[in-house]
Amino acid sequence: MTLGLVLTQALNGLQLGILLFLLAAGLTLVFGIMNFVNLAHGSLYMMGAYFAAAAFGYTGSFLLAGAFAIPATMLLGIIVERVALTHLYQRDHLDQVLATFGLILFFNELVRIIWGPASVYMNAPEVLTGTVELFGLRYPAYRFAIIGVGLSVALGLYLLIHRTRVGMLIRAGATHPEIVSALGVNVRGLNTLVFGLGAGLAGLAGLMAGPIVSVQSGMGEPILILTLVVIVTGGIGSIRGAFYGALIVGVVDTIGRAFLPTLLREVMERSLAQAAGPAIASILIYLVMAVVLALRPQGLFPVKHG
Amino acid sequence: MNSGATPSVLPTWARNWGAREIFGVLLLGGLALVPVISAAIGQPFYVTLFTRIVIYALAALGLNLILGYGAMVSFGHALYLGIGVYAVGILSFHGVNNGFAHLGAALGAGAVVAVVIGIVCLRTSGMAFIMITLAFAQMFFFLAVSLKQYGGDDGLPIAARSDFGVFSLASNTTLYYFAFILLLVCLLFFRRLVDARFGMVLRGCRSNERRMAALGFPTLRYRLTAYVISALVCVVAGVLLANLTKFASPSTMAWQTSGELIVMIVLGGMGTLIGPVAGATALLLLEEFLAGLTQHWMIILGPLIVLIVLVAKKGLYGYVSEWAVRRAKAIR
Amino acid sequence: MTLLAVTGLVKRFGGLIATDGVDLTVERGEVHAVIGPNGAGKTTLINQLSGELPPDAGSIMLEGADITALPVHRRAMMGLSRSYQITSVFPDFSVLVNVMLAVQAHRGHSFSFWRPLLAETMLTDRARQAIDQVGLTARADVPVAALAHGERRQLEMAMTLATDPKVLLLDEPMAGMSLAESERLVVLLRSLKSQYGILLVEHDMDAVFKLADRITVLVYGRVIACGSPEAIRNNPDVRTAYLGDQDLVA
Repeated sequence: MTLGLVLTQALNGLQLGILLFLLAAGLTLVFGIMNFVNLAHGSLYMMGAYFAAAAFGYTGSFLLAGAFAIPATMLLGIIVERVALTHLYQRDHLDQVLATFGLILFFNELVRIIWGPASVYMNAPEVLTGTVELFGLRYPAYRFAIIGVGLSVALGLYLLIHRTRVGMLIRAGATHPEIVSALGVNVRGLNTLVFGLGAGLAGLAGLMAGPIVSVQSGMGEPILILTLVVIVTGGIGSIRGAFYGALIVGVVDTIGRAFLPTLLREVMERSLAQAAGPAIASILIYLVMAVVLALRPQGLFPVKHG
Repeated sequence: MNSGATPSVLPTWARNWGAREIFGVLLLGGLALVPVISAAIGQPFYVTLFTRIVIYALAALGLNLILGYGAMVSFGHALYLGIGVYAVGILSFHGVNNGFAHLGAALGAGAVVAVVIGIVCLRTSGMAFIMITLAFAQMFFFLAVSLKQYGGDDGLPIAARSDFGVFSLASNTTLYYFAFILLLVCLLFFRRLVDARFGMVLRGCRSNERRMAALGFPTLRYRLTAYVISALVCVVAGVLLANLTKFASPSTMAWQTSGELIVMIVLGGMGTLIGPVAGATALLLLEEFLAGLTQHWMIILGPLIVLIVLVAKKGLYGYVSEWAVRRAKAIR
Repeated sequence: MTLLAVTGLVKRFGGLIATDGVDLTVERGEVHAVIGPNGAGKTTLINQLSGELPPDAGSIMLEGADITALPVHRRAMMGLSRSYQITSVFPDFSVLVNVMLAVQAHRGHSFSFWRPLLAETMLTDRARQAIDQVGLTARADVPVAALAHGERRQLEMAMTLATDPKVLLLDEPMAGMSLAESERLVVLLRSLKSQYGILLVEHDMDAVFKLADRITVLVYGRVIACGSPEAIRNNPDVRTAYLGDQDLVA
């Protein structure tokens, strides 16, 4: 267990965290302003990956794939919102959960019909297939780029939310929706904008994940559930919570899976560690969530509502 | 409910029957006769199919206690199905075939897990509760997958069905009636429970939890107890499921299963007792029918669920109930 | 004897001070009214006393016991009963069941799974008693959805009384009542007040001056005056605070 190995895994954790943040931010934005948890967000991520893989298949270019996939996912998100989800904003949580469940089933089957049950593949851009040198460590350039893109997006989101008029409306809508509509703001338009933004972030996550995960039916839900862990741990409705929660979840999960089995072998006898190690590593992040919730049910960085 | 204009030879309790009671009797009566009819037409497959239906009806009934009567939307109850299944699987793997041991271990493990998870989850509400219950179910899914010595992702075959001494569940018919009787027992128990003090506290919490606390009720302990009861019912359903399939698989705890349970409850009629039974029957029969049409039947089911939520929220039994009430008002 | 003693209660919402060092007491047998212009923080005060809102500083003592950190249901079990300005009942049930739930909370535990609630005559009898007290006898078996607004306020009061409390926190009980209904409630409270200590938050000045033994005036979260109705009526600061708001001169 060398320093280099730890650093590599930490960076991998950071990269997973960044992907989770892109999804969590979109989910949190929608929840903050519409009080609606879109469980079909994982499906948007999946569609983003499929759009990118399909476009990559046609053009052979990662950039073109991205130029197609992100707007396509945004458009898909907006269509789904206008057709189905807009009727659910006033409904109770059970209805929202059920309806989005139905959408998940629909999209999972749709991609199976169009692209078949086997995984589809796409490659990272040529220029990023090598490694970069970091403090004497060689790290895959593509994964490093993901971290870079993700942090830039995080910065961009921060500037959007805190320094622009639209961002102010979003923040106002999240804490005092009645006032926003009373001020004559086009709430429906704002909702669609926020939803489209969330969908775009999901599409971006899908695009970037494409080369490094299996693009297949049902890929969205495990990531979605992990995103829910992020939001719940970080604090529902809070972008800051989403950011720190995502980094914590990403790093803990990755480092846990990489080192916990080895660590356990140091402290307990071999066969027990062999069995317990991977088991605990796979559920470590849920245990962390449970501990956080036991101590602070509202999460680490909760949003204070007026 | 009856106009009383028609002189009746029926006893009072039967005279007061309307559409709701008839619906319930027909459904349960029909289910009681499945093995008989199945043998008569020479299609034993139906016993297997309807055993699945009865098992999921039991699980849905359990979840409905907290979802329909307590407004606690747990999106992770498949976890308890999984505990029941794996209790049988693991014990069977180690050579224990005794049905009482299976049930005892399953209920014990289920109670401990339900209390711990309940304490963590029930301090949140609304969407947070839904998300956290989903996360915990996923946690146990991954736990089951990672237990390589018990089959992991591939699952664990179960050598023999539970043996209760005087009888064993080896025969499909015995298993069916055992499950059906447990369903009836549960229905009876819940029938009393929802109108007793405990049930009224639960329903009061669904109606206005703030006021319940202001009146002096320590709501957490009652909601936790209800959560544990509903979990244990699902655990029993899991034990039955393991017996039916003779297989223990992590897929029992997949998030889709938790979602399906909720669909059954809403489809049949939330906050009623017969509703979940009707919903389980309807959904599983529908899936069976659709699967016969096309292997891509999910693409029909998905939008159908969305449609049900948008349009037909009350569920099958809910509509029967509403129709019966309206008709009674018209007669009076 | 002093049933409720509030000392130095403070509550801030960000930069806004909603409760600014409030002291007050409620003695047994008295009606202590709290009045003030809109935005004075009266409901915020009641929410802190009932336990729904944690104060930032100060203490609340119920019969000498410190309840400042206790949750809502514990305070209710110790004898603190609260009515809501916006009616908070159980819309899915009948009037009788609503009041029975209030009684049930204080008659043992509810881990009873077999016996129907409506078969428990001890609970039914006590509930009907409270329903008679507020004048809803004729509507006892009616579902809440069918009640008129004034009747719901009566139900609200019946539930507050049915818990056999020691201290009543009444948050604008006359809100939305007709003249006849308000008169009826005044008569009821007068007849009951010797059994309880009552903290009454109200805008209806008529009722306040008919019922109150003491009046506290709250403005922007601060107590600006506390005394007998006569003293308050003649207090120049109170007149200033209410200028254009209400006519205090009877």
